Amino acid sequence: MIEVRNIDKSFGSLEVLKQVSLTIRDEETLAIIGRSGSGKSVLMKHLMGLITPDRGEVIVDGVDINAVSYGELRQLRRKFGMLFQGGALFDSMSVFDNLAFPLRTFSDLAEEEIRARVEENLKEVQLEGVEDKNPAELSGGMKKRVALARAIALTPQYIIYDEPTSGLDPETSNTINDLISSLSTRSNVTSIVVTHDMHSVLAIADRAAFIHDCDIHWVGTIEEMHAADDPTLNAFVRASEYQIGAPGRTASPYDAN
Amino acid sequence: MLERRILAPIEALGQYVLLLTKAFQSLSEVRVYRKNLFKQMVAIGIESIPIVALAGLFSGAVLTVQTAYQLESPFIPQSIIGSIVVPSMVLELGAVVTGFILAGRVGARIAAELGTMRVTEQIDALEAMGLNSIGYLIVPRVLAGVFMFPVLYITATGVGIGGGLGVAHYGDFLSAGEFVAGARQFFSPFDPIFGLLKAFVFGFIITSVACYKGYYTGGGAEGVGRSTTEAAVLSCVYILFANLALAVLIL
Ligand SMILES: Nc1ncnc2c1ncn2[C@@H]1O[C@H](COP(=O)(O)OP(=O)(O)OP(=O)(O)O)[C@@H](O)[C@H]1O
Ligand SMILES: [Mg+2]
Repeated sequence: MIEVRNIDKSFGSLEVLKQVSLTIRDEETLAIIGRSGSGKSVLMKHLMGLITPDRGEVIVDGVDINAVSYGELRQLRRKFGMLFQGGALFDSMSVFDNLAFPLRTFSDLAEEEIRARVEENLKEVQLEGVEDKNPAELSGGMKKRVALARAIALTPQYIIYDEPTSGLDPETSNTINDLISSLSTRSNVTSIVVTHDMHSVLAIADRAAFIHDCDIHWVGTIEEMHAADDPTLNAFVRASEYQIGAPGRTASPYDAN
Repeated sequence: MLERRILAPIEALGQYVLLLTKAFQSLSEVRVYRKNLFKQMVAIGIESIPIVALAGLFSGAVLTVQTAYQLESPFIPQSIIGSIVVPSMVLELGAVVTGFILAGRVGARIAAELGTMRVTEQIDALEAMGLNSIGYLIVPRVLAGVFMFPVLYITATGVGIGGGLGVAHYGDFLSAGEFVAGARQFFSPFDPIFGLLKAFVFGFIITSVACYKGYYTGGGAEGVGRSTTEAAVLSCVYILFANLALAVLIL
């Protein structure tokens, strides 16, 4: 379980998070939604101590991650897999080495086993034959999928996906959503998905948290979201709903409402 | 405002010392860094050999021609040219020329590399995996610097002396025999040790300053550009100071 308690975060004079509290339950899939620039990525980085809050605590499985030693923090981070919004692939390494890197560093697998694992991981994200390419040679969507494969390589307990489907075509998006869903049904996997894409939220999430005005403005289950009478949340969802109804998108439960 | 001006450099120095302390505290995890160290030794050391040799060659040759020009007198034995050129290369030029060239070549490269990793979140990605990014990125680069700079210094100095000897002989200033005899006459075994020490210090300065600038890059592509320039310029300045300090303290 991850508990975010009353965190504040500013960059210079820019306040990004104010008194944010959020509980992420074990084995759930939580969607984080909100407008661009509302602080979703910043909040995600707080969850694994990549950013320290100005005030407040982040508790992961009972441990205050900003109060423990760096060594302990590193141990804790091994429970996480994170897909960064920009991919964050190591551009000095080939795709294969990017995926093999966590395995080589943190597991005792032999090189052949690593090769098999990497190929399997790439197949899961529908990429094949790109092992020897450099990240710079990949398209944006391919980078994202390689980064996703790297994030889940060590089968982490907490998986954070920062906009896993942005920049992907609808069909590939569906595959990625299916992959996230199937990973999230494994035992002891908690997924946190940052997304703009309401279609993803409906397809994969148990609950959603809506960030607005430096705060978690609304949090609840997907059913509760349908019924919510919060004007700001409704406006955000309706704006996305319009996109869902657009050509090339699959129908959503909203279309029936 | 004035307060900031005075405090900012002190803060920066503190941050720099802290960064290096953190880096070398993680020296125990050498297993993870070993492969990286080898890669950096190639990138910093081996790949710099041609440019450093070229610079050394020309320094030695020019120094010889100009010394000969300055000392053109029937009362001075021409072998003195060898006695001047060789210690100058060994004590000063070999290390300083190597230092300046590598401040640009190695310093800028390291700062750009780490700066790009910072702004594209690759450093965050290393941390997120549970790696110590400071140790992983900085230790191999600084170690490669202090190991390889002495090698590059030897290359520059050796080639430089060779260049001086060649110009002396084929340019009809003095014979190779006289040049060598002159060099031997005033040779002190401490000179090359001092030169190696300089190279060692310069290697540390260039790589550590570049790592510091690169690691703490902020603000996108522009930030990377700024870090790169600052790394090259600052390491040149620090080399000048270190050069003087070493000479005053040790000679
Ligand atoms: N390292 C940083 N330094 C300064 N400001 C930052 C930093 N990181 C984020 N910010 C600012 O914090 C705010 C929130 O950024 P964040 O990346 O969390 O937005 P986001 O909700 O993820 O947006 P998007 O959906 O576009 O990714 C932005 O205004 C951004 O400019
Ligand atoms: Mg974001």
